[in-house]
Amino acid sequence: MTAKTSSTNGNTPTSRRPRIVILLAILVGVAAATAVLAGLLVNIFQRKQEAKNPYLRFVDVTADTTDPAEWGKNWPRQYDGYLRTALPTRTEYGGGAPSEGILPPEKAEKTPWLTRMFAGYAFAIDYRDRRGHAFMLTDQESTKRTKERKQPGSCLHCHASIIPLYRQTGAEIAPSAPPAEQLQKGFEAIGKLDYWEANAKLEKSGHKHPVACVDCHDPKSMQLRVTRPGFINGIKALKAHEGIADYDPNRDATRQEMRSFVCGQCHVEYYCGPKTTLFYPWMNGLKVEEIESTYDNYKFEDGHRFYDWKHAETGAEVLKAQHPEFEVWNQGTHGKAGVACADCHMPYMREGALKVSDHWVRSPLTNVNRACQQCHHYPEQDIIKRVVTIQDRHFALLTRAGSALVDMLDAIKVAKAANATDAQLAPVLEMQRKAQWRLDFVAAENSMGFHAPQELARILGESIDMSRQAQLAAVMLRGTLAQAAPAK
Amino acid sequence: MVFPFSRKALLVAAVGLGVLLGLGLFTFIYAEGFSYFTTDPKACANCHIMNPEYDSWVKSSHHIVAGCVDCHLPHALVPKLVAKAVNGYHHSKGFTFQDFHEPVMIKPHNSRILQEACLGCHGGLVHDLVAGSTTDANAVTCVHCHSSVGHGPVR
Repeated sequence: MTAKTSSTNGNTPTSRRPRIVILLAILVGVAAATAVLAGLLVNIFQRKQEAKNPYLRFVDVTADTTDPAEWGKNWPRQYDGYLRTALPTRTEYGGGAPSEGILPPEKAEKTPWLTRMFAGYAFAIDYRDRRGHAFMLTDQESTKRTKERKQPGSCLHCHASIIPLYRQTGAEIAPSAPPAEQLQKGFEAIGKLDYWEANAKLEKSGHKHPVACVDCHDPKSMQLRVTRPGFINGIKALKAHEGIADYDPNRDATRQEMRSFVCGQCHVEYYCGPKTTLFYPWMNGLKVEEIESTYDNYKFEDGHRFYDWKHAETGAEVLKAQHPEFEVWNQGTHGKAGVACADCHMPYMREGALKVSDHWVRSPLTNVNRACQQCHHYPEQDIIKRVVTIQDRHFALLTRAGSALVDMLDAIKVAKAANATDAQLAPVLEMQRKAQWRLDFVAAENSMGFHAPQELARILGESIDMSRQAQLAAVMLRGTLAQAAPAK
Repeated sequence: MVFPFSRKALLVAAVGLGVLLGLGLFTFIYAEGFSYFTTDPKACANCHIMNPEYDSWVKSSHHIVAGCVDCHLPHALVPKLVAKAVNGYHHSKGFTFQDFHEPVMIKPHNSRILQEACLGCHGGLVHDLVAGSTTDANAVTCVHCHSSVGHGPVR
């Protein structure tokens, strides 16, 4: 069209070309500018939408929706992070699974005294380093502790998304009871079953998943809430000890407290059965000797004092500690400052215009920038060095306590072989119980000392002292027996 | 001189440019472009990146005496406009292409502006403490210790 009009103006064909070129250039330029602007507009629109709709409910989730994939349709960002807990991670002291699908190494490879400490208990035959949340159920099913030893159904309290099954079972047992009572009844009934029987029941109910969204989130409001009966009973007993009657974390806890309580549902010390229903020993407080006094004062139904198993080498009635991360964090500087588990293990991050908490729960050492440097403004290498220094010192002290324990066991075995009587051995074995409880409490805790370095060093100091006291008593007993024996 | 284009061609070009201008203006208004000519801290949270900073500023000790620009921009007119333009460019580019470091961190240049802003108000009180050290990259800045006076880490 342009060419036609210009030719009627009587211009020569040679001067027409630059005009067309200029016009084309303008056309292309304006088109490109418009395209860029439209792209920018769409981008701004998209960011505004992200900020306006933190999530869309494509599917309805209820308190019975245990399948994380269903929740993932509404909250894909959090679900993505959750799925990443299947990825192997490794720090100086934690993890160690070389790749997906391969089990991490036995802990006894690094700390061989564990096998001596657990003599006669299932942990002596299989006790591996950790993997991510995604594996909590399959790892429990594949360990020799459940395959070769009889275990109670209460193990599933923390290794599966089991609350709907508790409710369902409770409703069958007591159809007219209030919901909280039904939950408790279901919890007690499933806990009493054999592990594999409970596992089959869980599979049949369709709720066989590792820890799932519904375990920590209210399906209506997405607010944090606790669901595990063990924790609800435990924290109620702890608060009653502190003078607060009828404590209900879902009603009385602050949001920041809940960001630790949801983790404390499982990362705690507990008695799992089978001699009584699973409980958290917090009636006298959370410190190692407070928990010990709870156990020492606890009587089973048959009237016998509480113990986990009889030590195979010495016959002492000893205690087994589980991973007391929640209790130890409570004694540490981060816990005292009100820093929650989620602040370091699930720090906030941003995707587009959205602020989301990282549901790839893992060691802060693999995520220093978000986990530590929000508060500690030092170079990443300095921070890692500081943590590893704490952990190296802790590991050295832990190893020393392990050697003391082994020396004690050897000395007691010698005294026993010299025909020491039960009455003579009783105070020695009592000391073994104390020393071993302290060492196990520290060794089972997952942070290699970091959650509360000074408190854990104090406990290890006590353990070393007690092991050596027991060793000394056993050696003296052996000497007394040798003198009393007729000379040959 | 003969004007090189016909009326029809100019009309087409004008329509095209008009569409571009209109689209541009709409985008500018839709993106709340005019808010960036104000000192309202809400404008700094337009893109939502600064939501945590804005939320904690609301609760901070400084929110009744200082907004974002009081600490993050120079107080003299020309350096202020230059800093605003440079930051505006980087922020727009970063948010559009999502290619910035997470979590966001202050750059050395902006850190200096911040330190000078602290001294702008508190200089008389602390001049013995910070004499001559504010431009050194390794100098201890006020916010090194007073990290939550403006906006702290949010939980």
